[in-house]
Amino acid sequence: MSLLKVERLSKEFGGIHAIEDLTFSVEAGDIHSIIGPNGAGKTTLFNLITGVYTPSSGRVLFQDRVVSGMKPYELAALGMSRTFQNLQIFFNMKAIENVMVGHHLHLDRRFLPSLLRLPTVTRRDRECRDYCAGLLEFVGLAKYLDADAGSMPYGALKRLEIARALAAQPKMLLLDEPAAGLNATESREIDEVIKRVASSGVTVVLVEHDMKMVMGISDHILALDYGRKLAEGTPAEVRANPEVVSAYLGAHG
Amino acid sequence: MNIYTARTGGLAILATIIAVAPLGFSNTYFYDVGVNAMFNAIVCVGLNLLIGYAGQISLGHAGFFALGAYGSGILTTVYGFPPIGALVLSAAVVGLLAFAVGRPILKLKGHYLAMATLGIGIIIHIVLKTEAKITGGPDGMSLDNFKMLGFAIKGDVMWYWVAGIALVGSVWLALNLIDSPVGRALRAVHGSEVGAEVVGVDTSRYKVLVFVVSAVFASVVGSLFAHKNGFITPDIGSFFHSVELVTMVVLGGMASTFGALIGAVILTLLPQVLAAVEQYEAMILGAIMMGTMIFMPKGLLPSLVAVLRRRGGGR
Repeated sequence: MSLLKVERLSKEFGGIHAIEDLTFSVEAGDIHSIIGPNGAGKTTLFNLITGVYTPSSGRVLFQDRVVSGMKPYELAALGMSRTFQNLQIFFNMKAIENVMVGHHLHLDRRFLPSLLRLPTVTRRDRECRDYCAGLLEFVGLAKYLDADAGSMPYGALKRLEIARALAAQPKMLLLDEPAAGLNATESREIDEVIKRVASSGVTVVLVEHDMKMVMGISDHILALDYGRKLAEGTPAEVRANPEVVSAYLGAHG
Repeated sequence: MNIYTARTGGLAILATIIAVAPLGFSNTYFYDVGVNAMFNAIVCVGLNLLIGYAGQISLGHAGFFALGAYGSGILTTVYGFPPIGALVLSAAVVGLLAFAVGRPILKLKGHYLAMATLGIGIIIHIVLKTEAKITGGPDGMSLDNFKMLGFAIKGDVMWYWVAGIALVGSVWLALNLIDSPVGRALRAVHGSEVGAEVVGVDTSRYKVLVFVVSAVFASVVGSLFAHKNGFITPDIGSFFHSVELVTMVVLGGMASTFGALIGAVILTLLPQVLAAVEQYEAMILGAIMMGTMIFMPKGLLPSLVAVLRRRGGGR
C-alpha cells in the first residue's frame, strides 16, 4: 500500500514553477530518497507535503486521505514528522526538552492540570522524560541529555532534530539533508541512525546530496530537476539513467 | 541542581524573604512600597510567560491591568457586586477580550505585534479617560475595602500579607506551567515556530493561550490594586505603565520567573531610593535600561547565574 501519494502537484512562486505537475508515491516501510541539483525543488516538495506551504494545484494523500491544505500540526497528529535542512532547534531549551516537545501529542496537554501540576501530569511527564532519554540514546546523544541545545555542536543538533521528530512517533519521517555540513564520520553515524529508524518500521523520505549515502540506503529514488520528475526507480536504475547522469551526477564526471 | 529542588527551594526562599522583610520595616510606608513591589511582581511573572517564555511582546498590558481595576471599581460601586465576584468577573471579561484581540494580532510578529498591542493599550486608556459617566474620567473613581466573608482587608500591613500570599501563589503557578507539556510548547514557540508545528504544536493556539493567561494575571492584580489604593485613575492604563512593566521583565531577566520578580521589585524600589535626587530619576532609569541591554541583554538574574556557574568551576 502506498503510504503517501503525490498527485499532479504544482507550486508557483510569482510565476516560477518550483514544483510542476509532479506525481509519485511512497510505499510504507521504504527508505525513499529524493535527489536533484540545487534548486530542483526538493525542499519545496517537503514543505508542500508537510503543510508548511499550500500547493498551487494538485494534491497530497497520506494513508489515502487528502492532506494538502492541512496545517503542519494536524499532519503531525496523522503521523507525519520531519527535520529541516537549516536547523529548527529550540535553542532556548535543553536537549531533552527539545525531544520532549516532540512527544507533545502523546501527553496530557490540558491547561488546568498543567497549571496546577496535578500528579497525572507529572507522572506522565516523568515517563515522557525517560522515553525521550531513550530516543537521545538511540540517535547517539545520551551524553547531551541535560545540555543546553545552544551549546551543542552542529552534528549533534542534526541528530537532535531526528530524535525530536521520532518522539512524535510518526509513521513517516521526512529528513531534509540530514548529512549536510557533516564530516565523513558523522555522515556514517547519521546513515546508521536512518537505517535503524527504517528497520523500526518508520517510512523514511530522504532529501540528500550525499550520493554515497543515498545509493547505499535507499529502496527507491526520485530524481527531480527544475521541479519536474527526471527519473524514478531503484538506486541502480536511477544511477543508470542518462538524464540523471547529465543533470546531476554528471557534475562528478 | 535538580529542577524540582530549584523549584521548591526558590519558592521557600521567596516565602522566607516576604516573611522576614517586615522586620526591617520602620513604618507603614515600607509596607505600602512592599505591596506595590509585589503587585508589580505578579503582573511581571504573568507577562514574562508571554514575553520571556513564548517570545511574544505586549506593549499594552497596563490596559488589562486597568480594566481589572475599573471592572472591580464599577461592579462593586455601581452594581453592588461583592469584591471577589467583581474580581473574578473582571478577569473573565479581560480574558475574553484578550482572546478576541489575541487571535488576529498574535499572527503578527516582532515590531508589528508590538504596535498592535500598543494600539490596544492606547484604546483602553482613552476609553477609560473619556467614558466619564461610567469611569469618572480623568478624575478617577473611588472604591471600598476588599471584603470577603464579612472580613475586610484594609491597611498596608494586612495588604502586605495578602500580596505576599498572592505572589507566592503566582510564582508557584508560573513555575508549574513552564515545566509542563503546555509550558514546553510555549517555549518551543519561542525557539522555532515551524519546528514546533511539525511535531504537533498548534502554535497559534498556544500564543493566544499565554496572551490570555498573562492578561488575566494583570487583571487580577489590577482589581487588588484598586481595592488596596481605594482610588484609581485612567493613568494606571497608560502607555508609560505598559512600558514600565516590560522594562521590569527585561531588566530582571526574560524567561526567568524569579528574574522578572526581581526586576519588578528593583524598579518599584528605585524611585524611593532616588527620591533625594528626584530630578535625575528618569535619567538614571534610562541609563539602567541602556546598561542592561548593552552589558547583560539576558537580564539581571540569568547573567548573575551564568557568572556564578563560571566561578563555580563550570558547573
